[in-house]
Amino acid sequence: MSMSMVVSNSYLDSILKGQPQLPPSSTTWFNQLRAHALEQAGTLQVPTTRDEEWRFTDISPLTRLPLRPSHAISAPQVTDVERFQLDDATIRLVFVDGAFMPHLSSRLEGSEHEGLVVTDLSVAVGTHASIIEPHLGRLAGFENNLFAALNTAYLHHGALIIVPRNAKIQKPVHVLFIATQAGTAIHPRCLLIAQGGSEVTLVEDYVALQDEAYVTNAVTEVALENNARVNHVRVQRDSMEAFHIANCAVSVAHASCYRSVSVALGGRISRYDLNARLEAEGAECFIDGLALIKGRQLADTHTCIDHAKPHGTSRQSHKCIVDGAAHAVFNGKILVRAGAVRTDSAQSSRNLLLSARARVDTKPQLEIFADDVKCAHGATVGQLDHEELFYLRSRGLTENAARNLLTYAFGAEIIDRIPIVSLKHQLEQLVLAQTEKIEP
Amino acid sequence: MIREGSRILLEVRGLRAVVNGIEILKGIDLTVRSGEVHAIMGTNGSGKSTFAKVLAGHSAYQVTGGSVLFEGRDLFDLAPEERARAGVFLAFQYPIEIPGVANSHFLRLAYNTMQAQRGKEELDPLEFEDFVRDKMKLLEMNPEFLDRGVNEGFSGGEKKRNEILQMALLEPRLAILDETDSGLDIDALRIVTTGVNKLSTADNAIILVTHYQRMLNYIVPDFVHVMRAGQIIKTGGKELALDLETRGYDWVGAEQPAMAGA
Repeated sequence: MSMSMVVSNSYLDSILKGQPQLPPSSTTWFNQLRAHALEQAGTLQVPTTRDEEWRFTDISPLTRLPLRPSHAISAPQVTDVERFQLDDATIRLVFVDGAFMPHLSSRLEGSEHEGLVVTDLSVAVGTHASIIEPHLGRLAGFENNLFAALNTAYLHHGALIIVPRNAKIQKPVHVLFIATQAGTAIHPRCLLIAQGGSEVTLVEDYVALQDEAYVTNAVTEVALENNARVNHVRVQRDSMEAFHIANCAVSVAHASCYRSVSVALGGRISRYDLNARLEAEGAECFIDGLALIKGRQLADTHTCIDHAKPHGTSRQSHKCIVDGAAHAVFNGKILVRAGAVRTDSAQSSRNLLLSARARVDTKPQLEIFADDVKCAHGATVGQLDHEELFYLRSRGLTENAARNLLTYAFGAEIIDRIPIVSLKHQLEQLVLAQTEKIEP
Repeated sequence: MIREGSRILLEVRGLRAVVNGIEILKGIDLTVRSGEVHAIMGTNGSGKSTFAKVLAGHSAYQVTGGSVLFEGRDLFDLAPEERARAGVFLAFQYPIEIPGVANSHFLRLAYNTMQAQRGKEELDPLEFEDFVRDKMKLLEMNPEFLDRGVNEGFSGGEKKRNEILQMALLEPRLAILDETDSGLDIDALRIVTTGVNKLSTADNAIILVTHYQRMLNYIVPDFVHVMRAGQIIKTGGKELALDLETRGYDWVGAEQPAMAGA
């Protein structure tokens, strides 16, 4: 990202105008973190396509969206958001335009969940400061990242999940961010701390009530302590007019295992940066992604898997299904630092173009500074197979139905890895409907 | 079985087709009536599989001449899926693997498409499960093949059984079996052909495309046609297949001029 030291920043001004004044927290370090982030944001410029990390993704339309503070709206009722609920993920935190909605969220019965903390961050900074402070704003650094800096500057409400030592949480935790208003900038925040030997599944879910233009600027931090296991499912189904920028930073400690499936469906322009750092020996991560886009959508996924210590394992499968004049970008960096011997890493990028105007830019990026490592990678770009289409049509399926089924099959490999049945079914239906209309 | 006065299902006249600019079919004439079983035999490259794919509507083949009527309709007016719905079925020589689509899902989609076409009730997944398991018994198929991807990791024999299972579900008027015997061991050949025989009625017809006579021991043809260089050069009864088995293909055409139709 650009490092131009310009204090006056017109985008920042516009963001500031569109942001309500935050109440200062009673916690000093929290106030300091926000102030520092705001100061940092003032020194950073909006990235342009001249920045290597953004060369395929022109986010200038985002800066032209006039922003205004979100209204003090009448909060949505349970019936408004029911359709977004997941039957098998009943531990739920719901945020509307960034604000925590206790009446839509579930209450935990403490004994049942072994001391699990699932709550709003603004409350917990006071009560759980010693657990939060080492991670919040530290995993997702904002020194060189305007969007992470802005999110941190506006830290207020957010999802906090603390899984206590050795707790095995069977039910997934569903964090639902609902956007309801045009012209707003929302800064969703998640912090998940999986203490030693614990296990949890987190669903991070971005949805919209209407097809409005707004900005989601999300930051998620996930800390896995020794021997922890985290399943992280991320579904970006923002409005088709929305701008979605997200940063996720993960630290994976000794013998812990991070699994993530991210699915990008919505947004006019979306960008997801995932940085997973394997901090100690024997850490593992499995990072899968699916971007399913059409029309004039642009979906950019940048991942960095940072092997810092020996005997780390990483597996990555990223798929893009691109229809219409949409454009998918994937940049998958695998960094193997000096000393990270016996690293075992494999990455694949597979892409399906459904129309002549669809475009994908995929770039594996291996940076290896250690000996005795295994790093495999591969990338393919293809179209639907004519023989497969003919086979299905010869059984009476229309060309549309055949294309839908094959598209679904391509994406199914990733969706199948989501360990939540109801969410999997929702996404399967979305994929099946995706190519409903064939573009010439 | 040949019956007096049975209806004409398929009428092929002077059919010519090219692939990649090379003419493969050079004037084929064939008439198939309901109740009949026709075997089309010939060496590799004689055009018999191309003929099968042209009838099913594969887009790689361009029809350059002649006509094909199916129950009086111009087959070339119909897209592949419309031909299927009209009752034309091709059992593929090399069935396509589609990982990611459960076989049961695929079979149900195809079956319901046909049911809708016939104005009959579509089946939900549970109803279909019972229905298809019953049909699978006909082919001695393990129900576990329902849960796997379409043809994914199936052996050659399992793929062919899955093709005939589709025939059993779709109940076509005209089934074209393209080298269904290839890659089958003796047991599988017996099972598959027994299944086909059970599906054969007075109202439908079967075209068997094959290189070898052995399948015809199980499915007895009414007519045997020999293809060479894109034409049917000889037509006879089931005994012609036995001649081919003992004498090979070379003598055909050397002793008599090309003869068309049935």
